Amino acid sequence: MNVTIVDYNSGNISSVINSFEEIAKDKVNIEVTSDLNKIKSSDKVVLPGQGSFKSCVDALNNINGLVDTLSEFAIIKKKPLLGICVGLQMFADIGYEETETKGLGWISGKVSKIDNQNGKYKLPHIGWNEINIVKESKIFKNIKNNSHMYFVHSYEFIPEDKNIISATTDYSSNIVCSVEKENIFGTQFHPEKSDKIGLKIIYNFINL
Amino acid sequence: MLKNRIIPCLDVKNGRVVKGINFVHLKDAGDPVEQAKIYSDGGADEICFLDITASNENRDTIYDVVEKTSKKCFVPLTVGGGVRSVEDISKLLKCGADKVSINTAAVQNSKVVAESSKKFGSQCIVVAIDAKLNGDKWEVFTHGGRNNTGIDALEFAKKMEENGAGELLVTSMDRDGTQVGYDIDLMSKISSKVNIPVIASGGVGNLDHLVDGIKLGKASAVLAASIFHYGKFSVKEAKEYLKTKGIPVRI
Repeated sequence: MNVTIVDYNSGNISSVINSFEEIAKDKVNIEVTSDLNKIKSSDKVVLPGQGSFKSCVDALNNINGLVDTLSEFAIIKKKPLLGICVGLQMFADIGYEETETKGLGWISGKVSKIDNQNGKYKLPHIGWNEINIVKESKIFKNIKNNSHMYFVHSYEFIPEDKNIISATTDYSSNIVCSVEKENIFGTQFHPEKSDKIGLKIIYNFINL
Repeated sequence: MLKNRIIPCLDVKNGRVVKGINFVHLKDAGDPVEQAKIYSDGGADEICFLDITASNENRDTIYDVVEKTSKKCFVPLTVGGGVRSVEDISKLLKCGADKVSINTAAVQNSKVVAESSKKFGSQCIVVAIDAKLNGDKWEVFTHGGRNNTGIDALEFAKKMEENGAGELLVTSMDRDGTQVGYDIDLMSKISSKVNIPVIASGGVGNLDHLVDGIKLGKASAVLAASIFHYGKFSVKEAKEYLKTKGIPVRI
């Protein structure tokens, strides 16, 4: 099996690579590339993302044909794709970080700044927070409700269809932190930095 | 609910762990990769490496340490010490650091903070402020605590937030290595001044100091070296103690 981590200059992806390689060992081939043919022929795709919504969308668009290839993979062929952090946020129609920016539009919704309630909540939301599992998700197999995951973000994904939400986390409000829509998965937290429990999510995705 | 973090810090010199008393007398005590793994297995919320003499010596050893550690530890790894430029940050991130802390360079050239947070995201840019009380204000020190800039630490903290820092790592130079507790006044003043998380550092000698750093100092995270490094307390013991004091921790 081939799992491709999309390398599109979206910031630091070393930790994502390390964690997937740790789980894959020699059984699964992990590719780190933006090569369109390799993405097309892989079984699963991981879309990481760090920095701003705009910088990630711009970086995707900078690679000719990448957005179309990813859309074909996830929307037409319906193969498993996992978005992490801004990788998840980009599923939205629109994001408001830096400036209004169009997203991939795979899951209707918007990405807005977390309401810090006049400074009551510090931003970024950095650290370990509990996830509240609201719907069974294939990537949550053997994951207990209220497990701690590592977060670092200032913006949140607000999907229109609440049925695709698989987990939320409590920070200022109930922030969407995991989604599952058919073959498309996303986590706002960083499974690659969430210790053994996070690695279990990566294991679950690889073994879908 | 977001948990307060406990961050053990490992001072590294030439690829080996050391911990200085007031930044001077160094004792050699172990392999950083193994130490970091022990901490992460023991429940550390993050690991911090501080390359203490990096400003003056060959830095390549730290890249090797970071690379090896990041393949074994799956909690956030912050690396600081001798970070001069956007290129240094890029190199550390490529080796597997999740955050980079910037001290001297943030004072000398504030563009480094602005540029790097724009390029890599605020989430990986930590500004480390070494502050010392002088009369009625705290002043920012650079070069591992050797140079006094005379800059007001509170104003500097605000400026760094505006420049795009994701977190502030605040060390009291007066307390570092003394084990008499954090400078609570400094921590709470900076924490109230900015809207980004503050990590308290410098002076921890017992577990009540960690409690005070969070409750009184209003820090989001507490960093300590000696109490963990010399086995006085484990990270797990620290977390259990904090829990009994009503502080939310990840256990």
